[in-house]
Amino acid sequence: MPTCAEISDVHYLSVGRTPGFPTTTAVNADQEPMMTSTITPDTSAAVDISDEEQQFNDLIEADSRIEPRDWMPEGYRKSLVRQISQHAHSEIIGMQPEANWITRAPSLKRKAILMAKVQDEAGHGLYLYSAAQTLGATRDDMTNALIAGKARYSSIFNYPTPTWADMGSIGWLVDGAAICNQVPLCRASYGPYGRAMVRICKEESFHQRQGFEILLELMAGTEEQREMAQDSVNRWYWPALQMFGPPDDDSPNSAQSMAWKIKRHSNDELRQRFVNMLVPQAAVLGVTLPDPDLHFNEETQQWDLGEIDWTEFHEVLAGRGPNNAQRLQRRRDAHEDGQWVREAAAAYARKQSALTTTLETAAS
Amino acid sequence: MTTPGDSAAETWPLWEVFVRSNRGLSHVHVGSLHAPDETLAVRNARDLYTRRSEGVSVWVVPAVAITTSDPDAKGAFFESPAGKNYRHASYYSKSEGVKHL
Repeated sequence: MPTCAEISDVHYLSVGRTPGFPTTTAVNADQEPMMTSTITPDTSAAVDISDEEQQFNDLIEADSRIEPRDWMPEGYRKSLVRQISQHAHSEIIGMQPEANWITRAPSLKRKAILMAKVQDEAGHGLYLYSAAQTLGATRDDMTNALIAGKARYSSIFNYPTPTWADMGSIGWLVDGAAICNQVPLCRASYGPYGRAMVRICKEESFHQRQGFEILLELMAGTEEQREMAQDSVNRWYWPALQMFGPPDDDSPNSAQSMAWKIKRHSNDELRQRFVNMLVPQAAVLGVTLPDPDLHFNEETQQWDLGEIDWTEFHEVLAGRGPNNAQRLQRRRDAHEDGQWVREAAAAYARKQSALTTTLETAAS
Repeated sequence: MTTPGDSAAETWPLWEVFVRSNRGLSHVHVGSLHAPDETLAVRNARDLYTRRSEGVSVWVVPAVAITTSDPDAKGAFFESPAGKNYRHASYYSKSEGVKHL
């Protein structure tokens, strides 16, 4: 179970390490002639790397961080822009399934909590968009790609939230899976991404706990409330497991991402870790996880899970999930309805700064 | 050279945000945001970066106003302190064992 303490340690570790990394330039200069003399002609491409590429490789090798102005391979940049912007879009689209319950929350306290949580998701989206921008992507381009349906976001947010118990399941299962995925990303090799993740992880732990509490309270309620909680867990369990992405042998980008130390663990590894944490938590709640094949493997000391329906995952990802169209339409409407506000604010700011300039010129 | 992430192609300019977490501490860079002007930049910064009492004071600076060191000269530019370890107290070892030094 990732705790706040663990997250903070990671934070201090990376902060402390960054300024102190040893300069490797001198070492490279010494090694270069030696390397060229020992390498055969057919592998000359391998030595034929620039000083800057060497420096990039050394930084990755030393587990240091790459910062915005550093040289980086085009593939690294593209891969990060794709991952970070998809992540940002997921946070923004992820506001919708929960916003659905703000007006219908069972109490004022629950309403206030839900609003704070949805506001956090907006904040997370903004941290991540900023991180992607340091790589040269523009906010407007990313938003346009999302509303044009050209960008991807996590498939989980295309499922509906018909009952209040879904607020519990989203917090416990969806945010729980997200934390599991995101804690290792705090150590991602790209500095701005890691820093955004540290901030996000600290806030996510509140999300997960409040979700757990909603389910716990329902499970301590009437028969009808217990059924509602169980039904919700049944619907969210499998999609939450799919959040970790396709199995390792079907995840083309994973190996490169791990070599670049953007990702630290494989999809299956993280999924396994998540299920191992989930089983005892489900026992505390008194809910059943909807997998008849789930059993403890004495040999590996892990929980073996049943077959995941990857056809469903790919269908939802391809835009054919229960709520894909509605989620995108809402996002598009919100963006288009806000167009005049953004333009008016920009025009007002231009006018004000022109006025200030005029006054200053007059005064001098 | 301005800060990374700034682009004239955006509807609203980019601002860098600095937060003082407590009295007695300096403002520390926490991230960036878009806003049409400085008034809204400060308000957005409050909403985005201090939702859990992370700050008692906020600075916003237009990203275009920040000048950074030349990235191409990265090594050389910071080389001057190298080999000047006499700038550190630990260089002076002969006083070892002498109290209050």
